[in-house]
This record gives sequence, structure tokens and C-alpha cells, in this order.
Amino acid sequence: MTALSPEHATMPVLGRLSPYATRDEQVAHIAEVARQIRIQDLLLVHHAGAGHIGGDFSAVDVLATLYGAVLNVTPEAVDDPERDRFILSKGHVAGALYTTLVAFGFLEVAELATFLKPLSRLNGHPNRTKVPGVEANTGPLGHGLPIAVGHAISAKLDVSRRRTYVLTGDGELQEGSNWEAMMAASQYELDSLTVIVDRNRLQQGATTRETNDLDPLDQKAAAFGFAVVEVNGHDHGELLDVLSSAPFRPGKPTFVIAHTHKGHPISFMADNVAWHHKVPNEEQLAQALDELSLAAPSTSS
Amino acid sequence: MTTTDTPPASDSIADRPRFDCRDAYVRTLADLAQADHRIVGVVNDSVGSSKLDAFKKAFPDRLINVGIAEQDMVGVAAGLANGGRIPFVSAASCFLTGRALEQIKADVAYSDRNVKLCGMSPGMAYGELGPTHHSIEDIAWLRAIDNMIIVVPASPIETAAAMRWAAVTHGPAFIRVSRMAVPEIYDADYEFVPGRAHTVRAGEDVTIISNGTVLWRAIAASEQLATEGISVRVVSMPTVKPLDVDAVIAAARETKGIVTAEEATTAGGLGGAVAETVVQHHPTRMTILGVPEFAPTGSAGFLLDRYGMSAEGIAEAARALVAGSTR
Repeated sequence: MTALSPEHATMPVLGRLSPYATRDEQVAHIAEVARQIRIQDLLLVHHAGAGHIGGDFSAVDVLATLYGAVLNVTPEAVDDPERDRFILSKGHVAGALYTTLVAFGFLEVAELATFLKPLSRLNGHPNRTKVPGVEANTGPLGHGLPIAVGHAISAKLDVSRRRTYVLTGDGELQEGSNWEAMMAASQYELDSLTVIVDRNRLQQGATTRETNDLDPLDQKAAAFGFAVVEVNGHDHGELLDVLSSAPFRPGKPTFVIAHTHKGHPISFMADNVAWHHKVPNEEQLAQALDELSLAAPSTSS
Repeated sequence: MTTTDTPPASDSIADRPRFDCRDAYVRTLADLAQADHRIVGVVNDSVGSSKLDAFKKAFPDRLINVGIAEQDMVGVAAGLANGGRIPFVSAASCFLTGRALEQIKADVAYSDRNVKLCGMSPGMAYGELGPTHHSIEDIAWLRAIDNMIIVVPASPIETAAAMRWAAVTHGPAFIRVSRMAVPEIYDADYEFVPGRAHTVRAGEDVTIISNGTVLWRAIAASEQLATEGISVRVVSMPTVKPLDVDAVIAAARETKGIVTAEEATTAGGLGGAVAETVVQHHPTRMTILGVPEFAPTGSAGFLLDRYGMSAEGIAEAARALVAGSTR
């Protein structure tokens, strides 16, 4: 199998199932979308010769679940004032976001080949003024949560049911701006806000524990006024149940600690700090694609 | 484009009553909020220092106070704009621009969010509180950011006009709101247009370009120089970005030199913007007046005088340009 094999040159627009689909059907669908996103993301990073594959893969299942069955946003409604907002605070996993947007029809798959190329709108960090579906120009860490809080306040002022989801990295929580925003979220009783932490326990150069330990993260978030839930961030069933059930406590914002693994589920990438922004060579690409082709969607939940 | 406005009749500008521009700010913000439900205030515990107590009483839900947390304040404003609101962020300029500079760059300017950043008590308004509370760098910092309009109003009418323009114009803007009292310079029908300078005194010998709290001092300098037979053009430049390039080139071409005077650092502010224009289009002699250092203890007025921005100080800089001219 090579990078340019025809079966990976295109990607179906998988979209979302009817809301009347059963939970099992939803979970199976999300699992297959996540698998397709990973395949395209591998090709994307390999083709561009750069990217953040480790962090991409720890976040893909959260992204697939949100866009697949949780967020009230579609390609036709990217400007609808009443759409749900998803803010990717860990902007360096733009590759995962772009492939997710392709999977749900916001972007054309052919455009993924332009990732990081001169003058491409698919920059290394997302640009809302150029890419449909992007809500904020993130990249510097610790920016998404305050923006999400501001949007949630706007929804409250509008007496709107629209919801706000923000995905942060775990190392990113070392930025103080997140904790400023969490205090405000609690003060304003923003129960339409869900913060999801991609808790892969690795940052650029080391583990979070070796660097600036976040634990006990659950207790910290609870002390800041959040309802805290912990999930397996690669279990689509758990993610679907939790992300679609928030809020858990009236008046309290939700803090979902999604336990993940960088590089999941590729055997040689998972939990390996070297794969923060390493690029797979031909052989590694072929092996990773083989591992993904063996993954049956139904086993993911 | 330059327009010539006739100033209200008065003997000397220095004798006119002076006003804290924050009063015009809060009056205008309340009027705007009354007319447009999308308008909200966002503060960092700065309700009192922004004089927003009455606004809070009138619109209790629409004054978002995030506490003493400037990064969050600007991010929240960007999020409110994402939700269709028009936030006027009101905070001491030193903390707004210094503490939240990256949020201003990424969340507001680069994200093209409709956020109005209102730098209260800018320049050296906090006087004796010292350089930690002075905001002389704000203009230079924000000038370096793309997609950011920078307004330095010189009077209550200009402050209100800039706010009314900002409220109906999509996009990021930074408006300085002076605390140190200044006389009114404009008539009530004054129209604010970004990128448009106003020739507030016509003249042929030398030009003074100024804005904010220093503009009336520049006018006072021109009054003094008129008695000496020196004809001074005083150009009010309320928008540092975009700059009225035509007005600057005309001044360079038609007079013997340009003095810039502002309550901001001499590096990269109005003086820098004018110099960049002059050197590329019509080189001429310039003197840049501003604040070149961390200021010692003193009131804003005392410090402006110290840095050569009393009426006499500005007049001396203009005299020197005329005297040294080879043309």
C-alpha cells in the first residue's frame, strides 16, 4: 500500500446519521468516521511533510463524536447565529480539524492536498476568515476557553439554547488564561458550556507530570465550579453519552476529562512523545494505514 | 484627504473649559446601547475607573465583568462577538494592551472579530502611579498588528464620534479615551472618518501634527507662534492607523518641516507613522515629540511639559525647524 493508492485518494462525505438512528448505529458510524479521518490525516501529514499527528490522533475521536452526533452545525449552517459553537483551542491539530470538516462536508477532500502548501488556506493553524466551520483563529495556547466563555455568555444574553464546546490540550492548561476563564464560567453559571480536555498526558517535549503536573485535575476543575466527568476519550459510546448529556448540574459548566493517548491507535506512535510532530516515512505510513484498515468500526466501542 | 474646520470662536484654546473624555464615553455608550441591543460593555473590574456605574444600573446584564483578568476579558469579548454582540471593552489602556496583547492579535485582529477596544486613561494619565500604569506603548504595539484601526481622540466630541463610527462599522478598533481633561476643539457636527486628518489651523511655515491630549497644546503653540509672525499648520490626526498619508505628504511639501507631538512613546507611535510616510514620499525635516523613557514621578501635565510638550515646548521645536530650514 502506498501513499497514493487510489483507495485513499478520495474520502467519502460521511456526514451524520438521522437523529432517529439507534445509539449502536450512531456509535458504529462515529467509529467509522474516526477511522476515515485518521487515514486522511496520515496522508495529509505525510504529503505535507509536517503536522502534529500525535495530538491529532488523540483528539480525532472527540472531533468525530462532536461533529457526528452532538453539535448542531452543518455545512449549510456555518453562519446560522443559532448554531452550536465548537472552538478548537489546541489549534496545532488543525490537520485533524480539516480532515474532520472534510468528513462532514464542510470542505472538499481534494483541498487536503494543499495543507501547508504556499498560499493554501489550510494553514498550520486554523483561520476562520478563510475556512468554513472554523470559529476562532487559535494556535497560541490558552485562547479557546475564554472565547468559548464569551460565546456562552452571548447565548445566555440571547436566552438561546445554542451550546458551546471547546477542546483544549492538557499541557495547554498550564496557561493561566484558562483558569481566568474557568472562574468567569462558574461566576456566570454557564451550563451551556462544555470544556473537553484531551488528557493525553504528553506535551511537546515530555509528560505533563514531568513538566508542570496538572493533577489532581478533576479536583481543580471541581474547585473552579465545574461539573467534572471523566471518559475514555477513544470510546465513542462513552463520548457520545457524555457530550450529548451535558449539562450534568444545573447552573454549572461541564468539564470533561477525556483520557486519551497521543498517536492512538497506531502501535508505534501511541504514547510516544517523539510523535508530537514527527512525520511518518513511506514505511511507517504503510504500516499505520495497514493497522487502520484492520480496525473494525464495531470494536471501537 | 484633508478638511479644514473652523474652530469655535475663542481667544485662546488654553482658556477654554476642559473635560474628561470618559464622561463623553459613558454617555455615548449608553446612547448606543439604548439604540442597539447587541452592544455590551466588557470590563476587568474597571467599572469605576471606566465611569460605568450608571451604565451598569441601566443595563445590568450587558456589562460583563470578568474580574481582574485581561486575557480572559479580551477572549470573552471575541466570543461575545462570535455570538453576534458588539462588545466595547473598557479597561485601563496599560493593562488592556499590555496584558492581553496576544488575545488582541489572535482573537480580535487576526480572527476579524467585531470588538471595540477602549483604552481608558491612556498615556501618562495615571501620572504619579508611574510607568507600570502609564500606557505610552499601546499605540506602537497595536500599530504593528494588521487589521486594527487606532483612534486617539482629542476631545469629548471626537471621542463620541469615534465610538458612534465604531458601533456601526464591522471590525476591530482601538480607541484611546483620555482621562486628563482637554478643551473641546470641534463643533457638534464633527464627523469622524478613519484615515482623515483635520487641518485645525491653516499655515505655511511649519506643520505640527498631533492628536489626543496634546492637540490643544499644539494649537496653543500655534497661537504663540502667530504672534511672532510664524504661520503654523496644525493637523489633527485622530487615526494613527490608517494614517492620512495625503495630509502628511502635503505638509511635507508645502511647509518647511513637521513636528509631531503625542502622549506616547517616541518609538513607533504617531511620530513613527509620520516619519515612515515622509521618508518614503517626500523627505523633510522632522522633530518627534513624545515620551522617550520610563517617566519619573509626576502628574501627566507635568510630564508632558517635561518632555517638551507644553505650548512653549512645542513652539520651540517648531521655531527650530523654521530656523534650521535651508529652503
